Amino acid sequence: MAQAAMGSSQQYNYEICRKFAFMALVWAVLGMSAGVYIASELAWPALNLDIPAITFGRLRPVHTTLVIFGFGGSALFATSYYIVQRTCQTRLYSDWMATFTFWGWQAAVALGAVSYMMGYTQSREYAEFEWPIDLIILVTWVVYFLLYVQTLRRRSQPHIYVANWFFMAFILATAILHIFNNLAVPVSLFSMKSYSLFSGVQDAMTQWWYGHNAVGFFLTAAFLGMMYYFVPKQAGRPVYSYRLSIVHFWALSFLYMWVGAHHLHWTALPDWTSTLAATFSIMLLLPSWGGMINGIMTLSGAWDRLRTDPIMLFLITALSFYGMSTFEGPLMSLKSVNALSHYTDWTIGHVHSGALGWVAMVTFGSFYHMVPRLYDTRLYSTRLVYVHFWLATIGIVLYITSMWVAGIFQGLMLRSFDDYGNLAYTFVETVAFLHNPYMVRALGGLSFLSGVVVMSYNIFMTIRNARAEAAILEAKLAAKMARI
Amino acid sequence: MIKHESIETNAGLLIVLTMIVISIGGLVEIVPLFYINGTVEDVAGVRPYTPLELRGRDIYQREGCYLCHSQMIRPFRDEALRYGHYSLAAESQYDHPFQWGSKRTGPDLARVGKKYSNQWHVAHLNNPRSVVPQSVMPNYPWLLKNDLDYSDIQERMRALKKTGVPYSETRDEYERNVKQFGKSVADKLDILHAEENLISQALVNDYDGQPSRITEMDALVSYLQVLGTMVDFSKYNEGYFAKFR
Repeated sequence: MAQAAMGSSQQYNYEICRKFAFMALVWAVLGMSAGVYIASELAWPALNLDIPAITFGRLRPVHTTLVIFGFGGSALFATSYYIVQRTCQTRLYSDWMATFTFWGWQAAVALGAVSYMMGYTQSREYAEFEWPIDLIILVTWVVYFLLYVQTLRRRSQPHIYVANWFFMAFILATAILHIFNNLAVPVSLFSMKSYSLFSGVQDAMTQWWYGHNAVGFFLTAAFLGMMYYFVPKQAGRPVYSYRLSIVHFWALSFLYMWVGAHHLHWTALPDWTSTLAATFSIMLLLPSWGGMINGIMTLSGAWDRLRTDPIMLFLITALSFYGMSTFEGPLMSLKSVNALSHYTDWTIGHVHSGALGWVAMVTFGSFYHMVPRLYDTRLYSTRLVYVHFWLATIGIVLYITSMWVAGIFQGLMLRSFDDYGNLAYTFVETVAFLHNPYMVRALGGLSFLSGVVVMSYNIFMTIRNARAEAAILEAKLAAKMARI
Repeated sequence: MIKHESIETNAGLLIVLTMIVISIGGLVEIVPLFYINGTVEDVAGVRPYTPLELRGRDIYQREGCYLCHSQMIRPFRDEALRYGHYSLAAESQYDHPFQWGSKRTGPDLARVGKKYSNQWHVAHLNNPRSVVPQSVMPNYPWLLKNDLDYSDIQERMRALKKTGVPYSETRDEYERNVKQFGKSVADKLDILHAEENLISQALVNDYDGQPSRITEMDALVSYLQVLGTMVDFSKYNEGYFAKFR
């Protein structure tokens, strides 16, 4: 076995994981800074500074794109390449294909952000990329799919590990969603502008079928893949229930695709569609919680790890937020609740309890586990992981509670009447009310962002130490060789 | 009964089954919307945008207005009082893409047309806090400064025509529009006369208060002023639209 004698960094393509992990942190800092800035613009509108490129309307897609696709996407590339190699015990099928996905993805994210600031947007939430960038994404994604499948096919294990099923579903679903939601006619071959193929009600349905499954597959299924590998690894125990993971996978994949229309309750979308979506949204609670339980119970019998291992703390907290937001989601998909919550900041808060609490926290935990292994070293500081954990957790709590207050109170104000049956509040009175919650939200975001900066420093020092250690080792080896 | 193990050990089978499982929901919910007749109500008055309104709509998208303003009124008492009749699917049938929105940081705009004067809109867009002190909307001073670029207006209309919007290029298409929308509307949907139509609408109405120039403000205000004004609801009794829901 020549392979066994090799270090894992030669056996596997770790370089691609390092690159993607690095960019994930870069995009996280940039994207979350944009988030804190636009949150502040809502509290203090003077911050728009009369500069077109940084007004709220243009900067908000920059925030969502950098965070979802820049940070989230790069983190998924990094961890999926790591996991598929480790669980299949084989190197990635092709190094150049992996490098191609890296540059394709980074180019798409960067071009997207710049183009929104210049005013080029499809105005479809989370699919704002105009058509030339959509094509870059499409090509990158096809290469990603082929690379992933070919790597699975050369595995030296008979079984495909459960994490890879989730990544596979994520890759396939994202491809379908991306293609159908971005069907558009460009104004000309040399114009960035295009008009979507569908209009009105059909267009709205297609967009929210995409929009919710960007959450369902990009931000959930794929990150569950991450969870199914890193939670058992960090805990040093097998997944709680193998059977539950099977049910979890198929039920989640099937049900998610039905629920997008709950974003269109009480609109001009026919009632049958949104009722169907609400029904499936409620059913979705079961596999979601099944997955959460499967993750958390993996720690069963080793709960003390939460006292000693901050990485475990990140992973288990992420799962708890996952459970919370997948309970809140079905609740908000009920038509009577949605009548109040829709169009308000409650939705924004809900998204962030999922995005910050689940997606980002599980990524942080996974990175703290993975990055030292990628560099064959130890984490620079465990204490800083604790600092990061508390900055992140306090940030999330400030964020979501302020948005609950903002959303629920605005919803109640808008629907209240005085004794004569007139509206009790004008719209702008509710805007004035939102000022304080908006300040608290910006503060929460800032706390979360500082946590990411602390993490970046910790990871940077870890890599620097690893390089220094490697250099010393090499010098020793060279000296030894010289003596012989 | 196949064992799950056979899926776990076969990448091809895993991919095929996953594809089937994730395709069903979208197929069942989206495809019928193109075929069920009642999905879009049968109602008179809704027409495609004129060239100037279309450019205004492009600017609305460019500035990301949809991120804070919905264009979809729901059938609730408070929304009826605040915004007007609930929105119909028919009213956005020529909207590529739809602009229903998902968040109201500002009020709904589905029926903002004709509610305020042109001067109010210009003042508000230029500096929202000059007319609404508590507003958190950004200032858009460049709309008054930028001349409207309408060099590719015909190409834009042709692109929309490809998606199914009834702009006309041939005599037959024009006649069809006359029949459906009446002559005065059909004239404005003619691609070959797009520039003249755009210029004359801007000059006649002088939305931005600068009669000698056609600015981005002209286009955006012309778009805002047409929102929700196309259907004459006094022609329909209350029960009519309910049967489509």
